[in-house]
Amino acid sequence: MAIMQRVKLQSLSIPLLSLLIAFVVGSILIAMQGSNPLLAYQVLFTKAFGSVEGFATTLAKATPLILSGLAVAICLRAGLFNIGAQGQLISGALASAWAGYSFVGLPFLIHIPLALLFGAFFGSLVALVAGLLKAYRGVHEVITTIMLNSIVIALADYLASTPFKEPDQPITRTPKIEESARIPDIFGLPLGFFIAIAISLAFWWLMRKTTTGFRIETIGRNRSAGWYAGISVKRVIISSMLLGGATAGVAGAVETLSITGRFEPAFNAGLGFDGITVALLARANPLGVIPAAILIGGMRGAASTMQFRAGVAPEIVDLVLALILFFVTAPILLRLLKRKEEGISLSSGWSN
Amino acid sequence: MKFRLSYFVIISSILLFAYFYSQNSIVTSSVVFTAIPFALPLALAAMVGVMCERTGIVNIGIEGTMLVSAFTAFFLGAILKNITAGLFIGIMTGVLVGLLLSVMTITWKMDQIIAGVIINIMAAGITSFLYRQNFRIPSTFAPIDLPILGDIPVVGPIISDHGPITYLGIIFIFGLWVALYKTPWGLRSRSVGEHPSSADTAGVSVVRLRYLNVTIAGAVGGLAGSYLALEAVGIFERGFTAGKGFTALAIMIFGRWNPLGAFAAALFFGLSQAVTNQLMIDEVVQIPQQFVTMLPYILTILILAISAGKVRPPAAEGIPYEKEKV
Repeated sequence: MAIMQRVKLQSLSIPLLSLLIAFVVGSILIAMQGSNPLLAYQVLFTKAFGSVEGFATTLAKATPLILSGLAVAICLRAGLFNIGAQGQLISGALASAWAGYSFVGLPFLIHIPLALLFGAFFGSLVALVAGLLKAYRGVHEVITTIMLNSIVIALADYLASTPFKEPDQPITRTPKIEESARIPDIFGLPLGFFIAIAISLAFWWLMRKTTTGFRIETIGRNRSAGWYAGISVKRVIISSMLLGGATAGVAGAVETLSITGRFEPAFNAGLGFDGITVALLARANPLGVIPAAILIGGMRGAASTMQFRAGVAPEIVDLVLALILFFVTAPILLRLLKRKEEGISLSSGWSN
Repeated sequence: MKFRLSYFVIISSILLFAYFYSQNSIVTSSVVFTAIPFALPLALAAMVGVMCERTGIVNIGIEGTMLVSAFTAFFLGAILKNITAGLFIGIMTGVLVGLLLSVMTITWKMDQIIAGVIINIMAAGITSFLYRQNFRIPSTFAPIDLPILGDIPVVGPIISDHGPITYLGIIFIFGLWVALYKTPWGLRSRSVGEHPSSADTAGVSVVRLRYLNVTIAGAVGGLAGSYLALEAVGIFERGFTAGKGFTALAIMIFGRWNPLGAFAAALFFGLSQAVTNQLMIDEVVQIPQQFVTMLPYILTILILAISAGKVRPPAAEGIPYEKEKV
């Protein structure tokens, strides 16, 4: 019985309260390290949201997180926990970098979509492995996607260090992508941000207005009820994993084509894992993912400034995010608010 | 059927070992010897899974438990300049994580997969935030030369000269098997994992037993983490456990939730890594390092693909226990 119960937008108070508590706990930890937490947060937020340039950086940082958050959220809707956004994202990043530097002489109107498609395809390919194993062998997707993350990271490292390596360079990285594959900026904002927004809207529409969305939602809420209603559980599992993987792959592709310009193993670290936090903070709502990603992107983007100006290690962001995740999912807040419990439930056992 | 299969595996491994030993005794012994340190953390982590799942709690937070425990064991061992104190602290850290998981899964009835994932993410966050360079522990645990057992020809050099946590761990694994199948505690634990309401009717406190077992399992996870930091490697790095906690879950499933089965599966894993390393050293095969890194992960997926669906997990696994209201 993998039931995804009532993940509603209306329960806005819980994410907000979780944020507040996480920041308070974080400030205690900062104070314990001998720094001033108020100064640290002030620097963090003025840098991230206080100026036009700062906000543009925040949105650029938020772009891959919106997409990786969607990759996790769409699977959560189907009752699947896709921890593998990281691996799918890296696969997509590498594939789009390859498409970006291998095809020479294409007009950008063809080259950019082609490179994005490469990213989506190779992202979904990684997710497909987990989807097939879940649907046909009952192997829990959490283990397979984590194992696939490690496999993809090692494989990408190998590919970037040997066959796809930039010639005559000591660094493990691919050549730079062609100018025709580079996603341009619009009004100082990366076009990728608008692509991400468009994909969020598309997912919102898919979940709200289409039978596919209804099938996914039904299977996510009650797998056996969906099965009795004649929905193919296997198909829903595989198609939502494919959708999630493709979105994560596009996240990697957008990052490669608009920010990094090539594939280098360390570039994409953590983008997929932050997607988990984004998705759970947004309670798996395709539109809620956007503000959640902007918040987290802002914190990520400003972390180094905070270290420079307030002397706080940037890893505090990791810790605060983990705390947010804890408070968002733990039902203590629900108890405190005296609401009826509405947890997220995904699991029972390894072979369901 | 089950018995015959395990006998077959044991006999064929002995024959294989004998063959390779007759070909090259020194290399064969050293490969099997190095398989044990590869296998032990996996085996101990799999015991965490066995203990939790046998009482009906899915524990996907083993990775995080090991990571935090390795962290506290290493850094407090370094600060106090005392690895025994480090070991104790590592185990206690595991107990705390076990308690946290118990509260989340048993009292709050959170989804057990999400609870475990949160433990992993929090563990990664805390350890990377607090991580500092330039700490050293005075030494790792020294290997013990086993009396009598170490003098047995052929087997002696393989089983002797491991560290104290290794022996403690192996004793624990056999002890857990005895406890699980031959004691009232084991019977109660298994019944709580299979059919909690019957166990409840028979007078077993489901909640108390689950708390107890998940917490003890946490201590074992702490032992596994401490082993990595204080006996096997002697250092701590960010993301130090490298997925061992997840591989352990595959090992647990492959071993059919049986401590000895899981131990055998872990030895198989350890052996496959030791053999690969030896082949690399001998330059028999030229595999890029990245593919060697991938090996345990690919094996994990393969094993799950083969065995999941065929094996039956404890029936009440993953379901929070609700006492029936009369």
